Amino acid sequence: MDVFPILLVIVFFQVFVIQKSFPNLGTTLVGFALVVFGLFIFIQGLESALFPLGERMAHQFAQKGDIRWIVFFGFALGFSTTIAEPALTVIANKAGKLAADAGTISAQPGPIADYVLGLRLTVAFSVGLAGAIGVIRIIKGWPLMWFVMAGYGLIMVTTLFAPKEIIGIAYDAGGITTSTITVPLVTALGVGLATFIRGRNPIIDGFGLIALASLTPILFVMVFGIVAQEV
Amino acid sequence: MEYESSWWQLLNHSLKGTALDILPIIGVLVFFQLVAIRKKLPHFKKICTGFILVIVGLGIFIVGLEQCIFPLGTEMANQLTDVKFLVGEGKNSAEVFSGESPPALLYIWTYIFAFFIGFSTTLAEPSLIAVALKAKEISTGAISAWGLRIAVAFGVAFGVALGTYRIVTGTPLYIYILSGYIILLIQTIFAPKLIIPLAYDSGGVTTSTVTVPLVAALGIGLASNVPGRSPLLDGFGLIAFASLFPIMAVLAYAKITEILSQRNQNNYHHRGSQ
Repeated sequence: MDVFPILLVIVFFQVFVIQKSFPNLGTTLVGFALVVFGLFIFIQGLESALFPLGERMAHQFAQKGDIRWIVFFGFALGFSTTIAEPALTVIANKAGKLAADAGTISAQPGPIADYVLGLRLTVAFSVGLAGAIGVIRIIKGWPLMWFVMAGYGLIMVTTLFAPKEIIGIAYDAGGITTSTITVPLVTALGVGLATFIRGRNPIIDGFGLIALASLTPILFVMVFGIVAQEV
Repeated sequence: MEYESSWWQLLNHSLKGTALDILPIIGVLVFFQLVAIRKKLPHFKKICTGFILVIVGLGIFIVGLEQCIFPLGTEMANQLTDVKFLVGEGKNSAEVFSGESPPALLYIWTYIFAFFIGFSTTLAEPSLIAVALKAKEISTGAISAWGLRIAVAFGVAFGVALGTYRIVTGTPLYIYILSGYIILLIQTIFAPKLIIPLAYDSGGVTTSTVTVPLVAALGIGLASNVPGRSPLLDGFGLIAFASLFPIMAVLAYAKITEILSQRNQNNYHHRGSQ
């Protein structure tokens, strides 16, 4: 049911618009069956592991009552999941190539590798920071709107000063940092914290961690671009 | 037999990749459980089984995507943006592409394809399913999981279609994004307070396992086929669009639902007073 629309779109365009026969029909059908089956198993695991785990850890943290540990946990979860993200590695490599082409850094393997590593660390740090700030926000009950407004404001201003070739990468970096396993875990954690802390509303205060984690990389990658340009 | 073994190899490879992605997460979880919380996790066995299900399910899902949906999607993106397909066989392409930018309307099928592929891949996105389930659970059904997913899918669809149009016309990305932010801020002021965090979360959630590779392929295919565009410079930005427009769509969906439910409530009060 979830995957069916993709098949419909592909068949329609292949048959009616491109008007060519289907390549490798057998492989396609087997692959499609795997997608449906895999998604089914994933959702079973989601309900029996990721959701309960996030909730229970939130509960135990809330019982413990030490805010520093929760904030550190938010940072560590954000940083560690992002630094290993394959999509980020791909984008960072492209960015290194672009910067060398534009003459921002010298086109030798050493400086390019430094640039790529620096970019990955910047994004991972910014997602970690979002995790930490997001957790503090939930505990204090501050409205997400403040953070979003301030974040967008800063992004708008920084865009004016950022080197042209980094802007596209920066905006895309916001979208790629949230992986399929992190999202359910972080959502359950946020909602769990907001449920167990008195006076917080799970819907208003519990969501928003992912929103912050897609905002900070945009800002920090542009700042990284400006700094790398001047060094 | 060779056919079967190759499927096994792919699956094996994909399972290893998924397990490697999860390792840092497990490391952090174990560290904090042991050092910070220092308590036994209840239902430990059940959670372990669930984790294995997550890894296996995601592994199988990704093999299927890489073998079936990605090659087809990439191939179709290439065919749809191919100059021969656009101009028609035997016609002179130099005439059509004489200006600085190609006529934007020529790529109409690409925009339509982008719209529908954005819509359909978003519905299959596992993270979005997770967030929608959670939202439904804690709102005790007030937020419908399907309603949210369809709203987000519309947002992505519109965003990706507009993004392909931008690649063809070559307008700078930041002009679109900055005007998008301004619209978003205005919407946020008027939106029901309850939905705001969820709406902003769904922007980041939509772009993951399924959507990113397909949409990136579309962008790069388009940027390398359209004359005067560079895949490195102009291929970026589709993902940014795909995470911006779902926020607008969810805020709009919530506003509409609010208006409708207010009407229903008024009807209910009328009935109650009788």
